[in-house]
Amino acid sequence: MRTRVFLLLLIAVAIVVFFAARLVSNDYVFFAGYTVLQFVVLATAWNILGGYTGYVNFGSAAFFALGAYATVFMHKLYPLPLPLLIVIGAAVSGIVGLGMGYLTLRLRGAFFAIATLALAVVLQTLVVNWDFVGGSRGAYIIRPNEIALIGPYIQYLFLLMLALAVIALAIARGIERSQLGYGFATIRDDELAAEASGVPTLRLKLIATTLSGALMGMAGAPFPYYIGYLQPSSAFGLEYAVNSIAMPMIGGTTSWVGPLIGAILLGSLQQIATVTISSAVNLLIVGLLLVGFVIIAPNGIVGLVQGWIRGAK
Amino acid sequence: MGLSFDLLINAVIAGILLGGFYTAVTIGVSISFGILDIVNIAHPAFIILGSYIAYIVNARLGIDPIAVSIIMLPVFYLLGAGVYQVYYESFERRGQESLRGLSFFFGLLFVTEVMLILVFGVDYRYVEAPYIGPSWRLGVMDFPLRMLVPCITALALFAALELFLSYTFIGRAIAAVAQDQLALRLMGASPVRIKRIAFGISIATASVAGALLIIIQPVEPSVGREYIGRVFAICVLGGLGSLPGTVIGAMLLGILESFTATFYGPSWAPAVAFGVLLLTLAFRPAGLLGR
Repeated sequence: MRTRVFLLLLIAVAIVVFFAARLVSNDYVFFAGYTVLQFVVLATAWNILGGYTGYVNFGSAAFFALGAYATVFMHKLYPLPLPLLIVIGAAVSGIVGLGMGYLTLRLRGAFFAIATLALAVVLQTLVVNWDFVGGSRGAYIIRPNEIALIGPYIQYLFLLMLALAVIALAIARGIERSQLGYGFATIRDDELAAEASGVPTLRLKLIATTLSGALMGMAGAPFPYYIGYLQPSSAFGLEYAVNSIAMPMIGGTTSWVGPLIGAILLGSLQQIATVTISSAVNLLIVGLLLVGFVIIAPNGIVGLVQGWIRGAK
Repeated sequence: MGLSFDLLINAVIAGILLGGFYTAVTIGVSISFGILDIVNIAHPAFIILGSYIAYIVNARLGIDPIAVSIIMLPVFYLLGAGVYQVYYESFERRGQESLRGLSFFFGLLFVTEVMLILVFGVDYRYVEAPYIGPSWRLGVMDFPLRMLVPCITALALFAALELFLSYTFIGRAIAAVAQDQLALRLMGASPVRIKRIAFGISIATASVAGALLIIIQPVEPSVGREYIGRVFAICVLGGLGSLPGTVIGAMLLGILESFTATFYGPSWAPAVAFGVLLLTLAFRPAGLLGR
């Protein structure tokens, strides 16, 4: 029941956010907001695997790009409505996540991390060599100007990403309070002991990678419509890999709130910094924050606040 | 079939020369990941740093890049020892190396790359040396010196490290750290100190590898990323913790990539390492010469 209440609450907040954004009669709010929401989805997805089970995925960009290129592929094949493309993107990324997990998760955790790191390079090679989806030249997707009922197309994209953020957060919180979540936590804390007590660790890890990969694919699927011209270097951008690790790490990895806080803070900061300073400097800031936080505040902002409350009592 | 025989033999030679260079790139990770169990994914970033130092000194003073990299060895050693100290204090001692330690190295990789971009831009940089350009020919066989010199340097580096690890007290202590830390302590050596020395050495090799890299190809800050997959694929293929295994793995990958580049086109070469990595993990996780 409480999960349902939480979902309704999230939807209510999402509706308020959407109409508040419409009150500002400037499309820039939607463009910037879309990016921040996209990071909410990516950070939450990363945290389902990284934060809950303790397995690091460095290939967020690869899963994101898979979703985006699934859209480009389908777009060339047959025009489908965007929500369906999101489902397809989720399926493709989820399957790749499952396959990767199956090959590497039976071994030490480091192998999975390394394989994800290499995955991005390989998939990018694949896309660059694949002319059907544009190859190294990139692919154009013509975005309609308007859509029925909502108006400007960017508002439609924003609304979709808002819905995806709601879905991702609801899944993350649902996992935390379910048996699945406790299973994940046992893997994170002591995998050997969990295995010995009969926790099906491999199956749980595969569920986490598939789910996490699918959510990242979902986040990537509308991206070609957002950007209009998709290049391998923009879809596989390192900023996705870095941000989807940095945001949960800075916010806090133990609950769904951490990635949300991290994504909103870092996402907004980068939106401002990209406009005012350069994008390289703003990526440097993210990298330094990541290194600083993992050294000084291992439990992120959430951990800091919890410690502060405990100290005040 | 005369043409394809020439092609074949030169593909093998190119692969062996490339493999020699890959040895230099991987040997540091072979020490840190293979022996010390520290998953230093930032290693390629240190290599690129080495490339840029070789580039600056070469461009300003005209000194040979390999000589520069040897002069810089102590600096890289200290850098590595410092990084290990931070890593040990913040993660290893607290038992948090898996999630946060990995993120730490990922952050280092990223910060180094972005800083290099901010300072030098994304232009390709290269060095000048007398052996870049000419080539030895032996019948149909072609030995470009810009590949041969790095290959020989890398094998010399391997030989030096192998001798050091097998015949000196510290070298054997490094091997012992991987096997039994308690026994090492009883022998009167501090495991942390030994690991710090070993990690320093592993980063020091990045100085040489960086110089070799910029001899072989022009370098820009994000080139390092292409080497992450290669380095770990070689490490796993050769068998973790085995330096001879690293050389064999490097040669095999070099030959495979050279064949791929010759017969399918160079743009496919980066995918080879990933295939090798996944296949090794799936069928023989211990690697060729694994323990």
